Amino acid sequence: RASMAASSCRGVRSILWKYGSCGKNFCVSRSKTVPQLPVRHICVSSALWKKNLAAAGPQKFTLEFINKQVEEFEIGKRHLANMMGEDPETFTQEDIDRSIAYLFPSGLFEKRARPVMKHPEEIFPKQTAVQWDAEGRPFHFLFYTGQQSYYSLLLLTGSRWLLKEEIEEYLVENISDHDYMRMIQLMEKLLSMPYCSLEEEFILKFRKQLEVQSSKHEIPALQYDPQGVTFSVADGRRKTAKASITLRDSGSGNITINGRNYLHYFPLLQDREQLMFPLHFVGMLGRFDVEGSVEGSGHSAQAGALRLAISRALLSFVSEGEVEKMRQAGLLTADPRIKERKKPGQEGARKKFTWKKR
Amino acid sequence: MTSCFLRYLSTFSLGNMNLHKLSSRLYPTATQKFRHLHIQSSGQQLEAVAVETASAEPNPLSVFRTSEQDPTYHSEGHSGQYYMLPPAHIQKLFPYGLPPRFQLQIKTFNEGCVMVRPPALELISYLKRADYSKPPLRYVLYGDIGTGKTMSLCHALHYCYTQGWLIVHIPDAHLWIKNCKELLPSSSRPSRFDQPIQASQWLKNFKITNERFLSKLKTTQRYVWTKRESTEKGQPLGELIDQGVNRMKSSSDVVGAVLRELKLQAGGTTEGEGAFKLAVAVDGVNALWGKTSLKKEDRTMCEPEELTLIHNLRKMMKNNWSGGAILTALSQTGSVFKPRSAYLPNELLGEEGFDSMEPFVPVSVSNYNEKEFESCYLYYLDRSWLQHPHSRSEEGKKELIFLCNKNPSILERLCAAL
Repeated sequence: RASMAASSCRGVRSILWKYGSCGKNFCVSRSKTVPQLPVRHICVSSALWKKNLAAAGPQKFTLEFINKQVEEFEIGKRHLANMMGEDPETFTQEDIDRSIAYLFPSGLFEKRARPVMKHPEEIFPKQTAVQWDAEGRPFHFLFYTGQQSYYSLLLLTGSRWLLKEEIEEYLVENISDHDYMRMIQLMEKLLSMPYCSLEEEFILKFRKQLEVQSSKHEIPALQYDPQGVTFSVADGRRKTAKASITLRDSGSGNITINGRNYLHYFPLLQDREQLMFPLHFVGMLGRFDVEGSVEGSGHSAQAGALRLAISRALLSFVSEGEVEKMRQAGLLTADPRIKERKKPGQEGARKKFTWKKR
Repeated sequence: MTSCFLRYLSTFSLGNMNLHKLSSRLYPTATQKFRHLHIQSSGQQLEAVAVETASAEPNPLSVFRTSEQDPTYHSEGHSGQYYMLPPAHIQKLFPYGLPPRFQLQIKTFNEGCVMVRPPALELISYLKRADYSKPPLRYVLYGDIGTGKTMSLCHALHYCYTQGWLIVHIPDAHLWIKNCKELLPSSSRPSRFDQPIQASQWLKNFKITNERFLSKLKTTQRYVWTKRESTEKGQPLGELIDQGVNRMKSSSDVVGAVLRELKLQAGGTTEGEGAFKLAVAVDGVNALWGKTSLKKEDRTMCEPEELTLIHNLRKMMKNNWSGGAILTALSQTGSVFKPRSAYLPNELLGEEGFDSMEPFVPVSVSNYNEKEFESCYLYYLDRSWLQHPHSRSEEGKKELIFLCNKNPSILERLCAAL
């Protein structure tokens, strides 16, 4: 379109030079705004051309580019109005089309191939803006479904279709599987129409809300010592190591495991860091006294079991929002990894015997 | 069995110090200038015998440092504060005596700062009040691993040095019972074994530490080393030591002779000018009575009794002499065949050791308390040792407290990684 504008400028210049100098100033200014690029002879092999086309993909237009095009279109519209001798303020799209058809008469049969001057929004295909930030994290939480706008309709997140039994209950009639599937298909089709939000209430009757995950955790009860110190008891497990602890709200940071100081029991820094994680996450490092007993497995698994036990015991000292945060941090999930079974015909779980070709 | 146990309950009531972190960061330039003056003044004094006249009040700007460089004047008010070891003293007294990690720290920070702590203060107060005409008291520093037994011992030794005592310092007795490359049958006694390398090494270090005494002391009897070599009576001790350093074969026996001479002469009973006090400091005493990991030529295990050096040291440990003190510290880290959880005297010394060491004065060393931890933390901050920005915040400090449980050596290792 820039080349069309330049050529139109040149064409216009030639015409007006014939007819008169009324719009000469503009033509001169116009030609200045679109300077001709110097022609450079660069020898490029055909292989390079091929590479370029393949790697580029569909052409992407940045927001700045499109804004620039819009500005140029507006300016060009005013110039065109001046050229045609009409008022730039009241120059409509029909007038533009008429002027272009007048200035560039074309004998092509295909209407879409004729010269066109339209608003950039109609010419450049609409693209969705970049959906993710600088680190690659998508903005919308439903990005990975592929159709984030579709699923973000109020109806579809956090709920599911009613099961066949539940619909039978609702309708007080018996329905077959085939009927149920057909009904769900029709509901989906209804959702895909525009303006389906008008029928929201109707559709919501057939959807059931899913429970929020975080409410499923059992919070151990807060018990009181004879001295009035609050404490709670919790268990934890990791890979055949079982731990059970008593978390006391006494104000010092002592930790005793199996009767020994945790510095002696876990000489490795990594194990102590595992113990520190739940307390540090909640921000109550020096507040609690931990008395724990652990058995089974190795030192790392014992540390993991203790960590789970501490986080579970902390649930009773901490608010609801913090519970959700802990769940998302992974403190409350029991690690399901266990030693994999050794299979016959192999050395271990995965290792095979030496493979001989013959 | 008379066993006099002095149970020392360290009930230290330390007031809460308002530690202004800002102040310690704003005033380092002032403290550095102050220290610089001290270094210059100490460098000019050749002999460190003269007591340095340090200012009486501690510098109010640095809450974790004290300008009092003489251990004689350290008191409970200085507890938790760092004092600087003068470089000249470090070279003479501790060429080998400090823990290896602390030596690295001295090299990094370009200065050796020791924290004044209650066990060391207690030890020094006992040394001040002891009666030196009676047999020497035995002090045993015991405690968990990494709580600072060796450092407290070095602090007390520095005190002895500034008081002008003769120092017999064995940095680690465990080095004498393991990893010995050459084990020679003794020249003097047939059933014993010699360790020439260790003995000559020790004699060299002894010479560096106690140079000024070597010319004053004289031998009291004639020692015959080989058919051609012997040391006459009345020769200065320096010659005896040179004999040991030059002739490696008889170095262990020389060590024994030196120790015997010192024992005889420590109380100042002989000539008037030879009055001195003897400080025997042994780190890792439990090595003397435990098992060795050395083997004889017929592949049977060696008993510590069969090693000349150990045998002579044991004789020193007995309190049948006068005019000095015996400072010892237990150590589990270098010991052989002892479980890691053992730290009490009776566990580490064993029955035999306990019986021969007793009666002794036990001094317990424990982890840092809050004030000391605060001092250590500020010291590291001052030296820009803690580079991680999070370690300067309150939460970072809480994390550090949790991870190391205020154990000095673990804190040091942790901060080294930050």
